[in-house]
Amino acid sequence: MNVKKKGRLFNVVITVFIVLAAIMFILPTVLTIANSFMTSNEISANYGAMFGNMNGSESTFISKNVNLKFIPDKVTVAQYKAVLIQNSDYLMKFWNSVLLTVPITLFQLMLAVVTSYGFSRYPGKIKSMIFFAYIILMLMPAQVTLVPNYLVADKFNMLETSEKLVFKGAAKPLNVFCMMWARRAVILPSIFSPFSIFLLTKVMRRIPSSYVEAAKLDGAGEIQIMTKIYLPLCKSALVSIGMLVFIDYWNMVEQPLILMKNTSMHPLSVFLSQINTGDVGLAFAVGVVYMIPTILMFLYGEDYLVEGITYSGGIKG
Amino acid sequence: MKRKRNQCGRGREKLFSGLCIVPSLLGVLIFFVIPFGIVIYYSLINNPIVKEYVGLDNYRALLDNVAFKRASKNTAAFSLIAVPLATVLSLGLALLLERNIPGKSLLRTFFLSPLMVPTASVVLVWQVLFHNHGTINQVAEIFGGEPVDWLKSSKGQVVIILMFLWKNLGYNMILFMSALCSIPKDIMEVADLEGAGSLYKFFHIKLRYLSPTILFVFILSLINSFKIFREVYLLTGNYPYDKLYMLQHFMNNTFQSLDYQKLSAAAILFSLVMIVIIAVLLITESIFGKDVEN
Repeated sequence: MNVKKKGRLFNVVITVFIVLAAIMFILPTVLTIANSFMTSNEISANYGAMFGNMNGSESTFISKNVNLKFIPDKVTVAQYKAVLIQNSDYLMKFWNSVLLTVPITLFQLMLAVVTSYGFSRYPGKIKSMIFFAYIILMLMPAQVTLVPNYLVADKFNMLETSEKLVFKGAAKPLNVFCMMWARRAVILPSIFSPFSIFLLTKVMRRIPSSYVEAAKLDGAGEIQIMTKIYLPLCKSALVSIGMLVFIDYWNMVEQPLILMKNTSMHPLSVFLSQINTGDVGLAFAVGVVYMIPTILMFLYGEDYLVEGITYSGGIKG
Repeated sequence: MKRKRNQCGRGREKLFSGLCIVPSLLGVLIFFVIPFGIVIYYSLINNPIVKEYVGLDNYRALLDNVAFKRASKNTAAFSLIAVPLATVLSLGLALLLERNIPGKSLLRTFFLSPLMVPTASVVLVWQVLFHNHGTINQVAEIFGGEPVDWLKSSKGQVVIILMFLWKNLGYNMILFMSALCSIPKDIMEVADLEGAGSLYKFFHIKLRYLSPTILFVFILSLINSFKIFREVYLLTGNYPYDKLYMLQHFMNNTFQSLDYQKLSAAAILFSLVMIVIIAVLLITESIFGKDVEN
C-alpha cells in the first residue's frame, strides 16, 4: 500500500514536471501570436527600451524594462492590416518563400521515390557504395556543400538572375515556371539533397519481398510495383518526410544569402531578421503569417509525423 | 528455357532498379561531387588567375587565421555540449511520457510545436527574453541575481544551446517514443515476472533496443547543430559577439569577400573532420548495433 502511494506521488510529480516543460515549449509561439494583436502604442511601451521609440510621437510611454505580455490591453488587427494590405512587400517575400520551398519539396520527394526504389531493389555492392556516399553527403553541413554549389552556380551564371516573365495573355500562369527558373541556383542543388532518399530507402527496405513476388505472379511490371505497391505503403513516410523537408527549406537562411545576389528574390525567412530591428509590432504579425503554412501542415500531418518514421535500423541499415 | 527467360527478366529488372538511381546520381555528381573536386584544386593553388601550386600553404594560412580559429572553437564547443544534451534529454522526456499521463497527445503537440514554428518568427521573443532589460534578467533581479547581458557576453552560448534544445527535443523525443513502442512486449513482461527493477530494465533491455535510435538521434542532432547559424544570424546578424561567431559566419563572410582559397581550404578541413566523426559513428554502430539486429 505504501509503495503504491509512493508510486502515485511520483507519478504526480512527473506529470507536473512534464506539463510545466510542455508549457515552456509552447510559450514562445503563444507569445508571438499574442503580441501580434497588440496596438503599436502598447508594443512601443513594452519594447521601447530595446528598440527605441518606434511610434514617432513624443508622448508615448516607454517602460524602462522590456516586457513580455500575454494578453493585449486592446486587441487589434492593425498590424495584420499593415502586413497584408497596406504594404505588399511582405506578401511578395512570402510568395518568394513559396516559390522556393514548394518546388524543392515536391521534386526532392519525387526524386526520392524513384531513387529509393532503385536502392531498395536488388541491393548490390555498387549500390551500397553509392548509398554510403549519400550518407556522407547528407551529413555534410550546408556551409561545406555551399562552396561546391556556389562554384556550379557561378559557372552556369545562376547567381545573378532576374525574373523575366515571358508568357502573356492566357498562358500567364506559366510564368510561375519562369519565376522558379530564376531561382534555380537554390532550387536545383536542394532537389538533389539526399536527406529524403536516405529516410525513404530505409522505409522501403522493410517492405516484405513476398509482396513483390505476389505482384509479379499477377504480372506486374517494375513500374507497377513501384507505383502500386511501394508508393502506397510509403504514404505516411512520404508525408512525414515531406513535412520535414518543407519545414527545413521554409526556414532557409544560408542558401539564399549566398546563392542569390538579387535580394528582391530572397524569401521571407531571410527578410524577417531585418524587420525585427525595425518595426517590432509588424515583425510579430509577419512572424505569425509566416507560421500559417507550417501550422496547417501540422494539423493535417502530425500523426503521420509521429507514425511515419518508425525508425528502427541504424545508419547503414 | 523457362528458367532462362526468368533470369533474363531478372536482369532487366535489375537494370531498371539501377537506372532508377541514375537521375539522382547525375544531380549529385554535377552539384556536389565534381565541384568538390574543384574545391580541392582551389585549396592547393595560390589564386584563380595565376594557378600556381602552393601545396598546403592555404591550409597553414587558414590555421593561423584568428577568425577561423575562433569560429571552429565556438562551433566545436557548441556541438560538443548541445548534441549529447539533446540526445539524453529527449530520451529522458520520452521515458517520462511513457507513463500514463492525462492529455498525453496534447503534451506531445506542445513539445513538437517548435518544429512547426519558423525560427525567424519566434526570434523576437527570444530577443526580448534575453535582452539586457529583458524578462530573464528581470526575474533574476527579483531573486537577487545580477543581470547578465546574455547576447553580448560569453553567456551567449547558453542562449543558443537553449534555443537548439527547444527546437530539437520534440522531434528527437518522438523518435525515441516510437522506438520504445517497438520493444517486444514479451521481453518486458518476462523481466517484470522475474522481478527486475526499472533501472535494471532500462539499462539491460531498453537501452540495448534503443541503441540504433540513439545513434540516429545523435546524428540528426549533429546535422541540426550546424544549422544553429540560422538562429544566431537572426538574433545577432553577420558579426555577433565573439563567443557566438560560428564557422558558418566565417564561411559567409569569406563568401562575401570571395576569397576562394581560404573558403576552399576551410570547406575541405571541415569535411575532413566530418568524415572522421562519421567513421567513428559507423564503427560504434557496427559494434553496438549487432546484438539487436533482426
